[in-house]
Amino acid sequence: MDLRLSAAEATAEERAAVDALLDPLLGPREVDDRAGPDSGHEARGRRHLLLPALHAVSDAVGYLSEGALNHVATRLSVPPADVYGVATFYAMFTVEPRARRVVHVCDDVACGPVGGEDLAARLTADLGPEGVGEEACWVRSPCLGLCERAPAVMFQVAGEPDFSQAPAHADDVVAAARGGATAVEADAAFADPRVSVPQTRAPRGEGLRLLRRIGVVDPGSLDDYRAHGGYEALRRAVELGASRVVRELKDSALTGRGGAAFPTGVKWEGVATAQVRPHYLVCNADESEPGTFKDRVLMEYDPFGLVEAMTIAGWATGCERGYLYIRGEYPLATRRLEHAIEEARRRGFLGADVLGEGFTFDIELRRGAGAYICGEETALLNSIEGFRGEPRNKPPFPSVSGLFGKPTVINNVETLYNVLQVLDVGGPAFASVGAERSTGTKLFCVAGSVAVPGVYEVEFGTTLRELLTLAGGLRGELRTILLGGAAGGFVMPDQLDVPLTLEGAREIGATLGSGVVLAFDTDADLVATLRRIAAFFRDESCGQCVPCRVGTVRQEEALARLERGAPLGDRETELALLDDLARVMRDASICGLGQTAPAAVQSALSLRLLSSPADPSTNGHRRVGP
Amino acid sequence: MTTAPVMLGEIKRVVTLTVDGREVRVPEGSTILQAMKAEGTPEQADTPTLCWAPNLTPINACRVCVVEVEGSRVLVPSCARTVEDGMQVRTDSEKVRHSRRMVLELLASSVDMSQAGADVARWMQDYGVDADRYGPPAPPAAAGERDRRHAGHHHAPDGSHAETVAQPVKVDNDLYVRDYSRCILCYKCVKACGTDAQFTFAISAAGRGFDARIATEFDAELPDSACVYCGNCIGVCPTGALKSVREHELREADDWDPEEETVTTTICSFCGVGCNLELHVQQGSIVNVTSPADHSVTHGHLCVKGRFGFQHVQNL
Repeated sequence: MDLRLSAAEATAEERAAVDALLDPLLGPREVDDRAGPDSGHEARGRRHLLLPALHAVSDAVGYLSEGALNHVATRLSVPPADVYGVATFYAMFTVEPRARRVVHVCDDVACGPVGGEDLAARLTADLGPEGVGEEACWVRSPCLGLCERAPAVMFQVAGEPDFSQAPAHADDVVAAARGGATAVEADAAFADPRVSVPQTRAPRGEGLRLLRRIGVVDPGSLDDYRAHGGYEALRRAVELGASRVVRELKDSALTGRGGAAFPTGVKWEGVATAQVRPHYLVCNADESEPGTFKDRVLMEYDPFGLVEAMTIAGWATGCERGYLYIRGEYPLATRRLEHAIEEARRRGFLGADVLGEGFTFDIELRRGAGAYICGEETALLNSIEGFRGEPRNKPPFPSVSGLFGKPTVINNVETLYNVLQVLDVGGPAFASVGAERSTGTKLFCVAGSVAVPGVYEVEFGTTLRELLTLAGGLRGELRTILLGGAAGGFVMPDQLDVPLTLEGAREIGATLGSGVVLAFDTDADLVATLRRIAAFFRDESCGQCVPCRVGTVRQEEALARLERGAPLGDRETELALLDDLARVMRDASICGLGQTAPAAVQSALSLRLLSSPADPSTNGHRRVGP
Repeated sequence: MTTAPVMLGEIKRVVTLTVDGREVRVPEGSTILQAMKAEGTPEQADTPTLCWAPNLTPINACRVCVVEVEGSRVLVPSCARTVEDGMQVRTDSEKVRHSRRMVLELLASSVDMSQAGADVARWMQDYGVDADRYGPPAPPAAAGERDRRHAGHHHAPDGSHAETVAQPVKVDNDLYVRDYSRCILCYKCVKACGTDAQFTFAISAAGRGFDARIATEFDAELPDSACVYCGNCIGVCPTGALKSVREHELREADDWDPEEETVTTTICSFCGVGCNLELHVQQGSIVNVTSPADHSVTHGHLCVKGRFGFQHVQNL
């Protein structure tokens, strides 16, 4: 394809960053790399490298210049307008010059009230207004998935690895922003898994299945992983044969843990039996639902478990390649997984002849770049393929036409760890745990006003009250619980005996979603929480369809009016307007993001959690925001 | 005896579905919208559409054509969903009407729809659109301000104004203007510039969410972009966001008079392809050139010569 490029040239640093990534994959570049030597299939076959190439530039230089985008466009034969469209889609990229050290401050529902806003104020004083600064700057961020250690920040540092700090202390953040911290030091603060997984503290919780290796195994050692039962599940899978593995999964009645709860065995069977080849496996590790951090914890402390589980999934469904798409805000989990994949490859657990059993499977890790929508499975596929992360119209479903148009099995991280358990005990034994159609155990991300926040593993059917007790009980008097995340809804103190199953949650009009259990005490500013949720969806909508693109804007505006006590018409008019918006978003949006964007707001309204001057709060403690 | 050409196409199985309780039979592979247009009642055939065009692959972004399909939790876009045997479709339910009304209303509250044509104006009336209930529109953005917004970041609104896409018109060449205050982000221009017609890829959606917009690379002016001025984006634009400079000037001067417009069909004389042209003439001069969407050669798309190379006709 003939590309028409502007005169802007990449700097030597930008070229080096892109070429270091692409040369090993594409061969060295042409002498005159403006020649645009190829077209057709070859050119189209390179587009999937667009996001990694943008990451390479952004990691090295801190922003994406016009010259750098021209170079990427040339090397991948992607039109520059398309490159620009993709580059401007992601929150972690910027196309304007920016400081080399950027602090992303989580001001979302979990972190904001417990220090996130204080950090923002401190950084404004020390570094300047949001987004401004020569050497370092700070920006607000949606949930960074570190809620059990709130408040959290993440550093993007040009030329150095990214890292997180949580709990983030203002002095440390300022020092790190001025260059006084490295990823190695920052990672060391995450060395102890007992902080994130309280059940691994002494006395160690009984009956841990998904979490059984956490705190026991060295996340950096393949040998240690094997010493703790690692790769026994893959051996069993190979002994059983692919179709029997699918059978076991169907017997287990395992359902997807990403929020949609689709039966995993059915999904695998669909891809395993698909005629079209090749098949692809995708692990959805783009965990971005506010309040969710379970997948991060699994990947950080038991990374080989995910590599093994993906290998089993690949083997059972006939995939030779698996893509692990991890959100860009998870630098530590990314490092641990990269290491685990390399180790597994080096030792023959990935590659052309896995276990010496004659089958091929390898994993490619892909980083997201700050887009909640890319957790939607078809948006994720577009993101991998190098397009904007906009959801596709379904049908066709990914099991029929997924990645690169081929049959694709997409599983959430927690779902895949469950596969190890299914092979460990067998499908029927797995199905005997839990309640009703919700089989097995479930990870919950308990945070907010509880004594001991963290990831907790309980059997399906455990009540919400029991889960809160496990987390050390509540701090303060409970006002409400956000169950299932920003796309979920609120549960009231008189509903704590709800059994945590798919059915139990549905019965009280709630959803387990991604396992978020965020507790609010009576001091919490719920109006601010709802505004944050509305702002989140307004920011994270991809903009493709009208109900979500405009509906999320109008929803936030209406909430702002209610908060100010300045409704258009009266309060009832505004509530009717919000209801009208909720219905069109739920009924007519393309994907789950838009369909659930009004869920929490509607839940809060129906439970009368939204106070206003005309309807005084029952708790009387509401803080007035700035 | 018929003189129509015999088309040797694929022989397709016929699929039977019901639309609002009425049985409809259409060839396999048809969309619900095609079924309604071909076999439906006048009301069904009048299903509102914005991002759909007969000469483009269904885009499925505006969601105004949604219908209910039994067994589906959410509404489905009739423009993109293919029919299946036994499918039960409803187009007249409260749920459908509500979503269509809201889509039109959300667009009308954020975009200037005044040049979107008579059908859209009629649909807005029929569905009871009340764009004013979101408050007074916010003042227009300064030139280029919307192009510089950063994904994932926006200023928290206080709700006193309804945010809109209003902004100054982009006039950077002699042939056509880009008036993004009228852009509903239907992606038709992107598809016409790309894989559906021109394969030039001069424009793409950029940014995200409500701040998403159609852009060249780094928002370069058109003469600095890959644009070849085929004008196929103008041809598919449903809201007047993209229009010829001539039309823009006449409208600005309040001299635009579609009532008086005549259309003359002719054949382009620039090359041997023989594209059909429709010359739109007002006040004795050509204001626009189009080609019929159902023309077997052009499918409604032209090149720069056919679309804009008409000055010599008028220099007599």
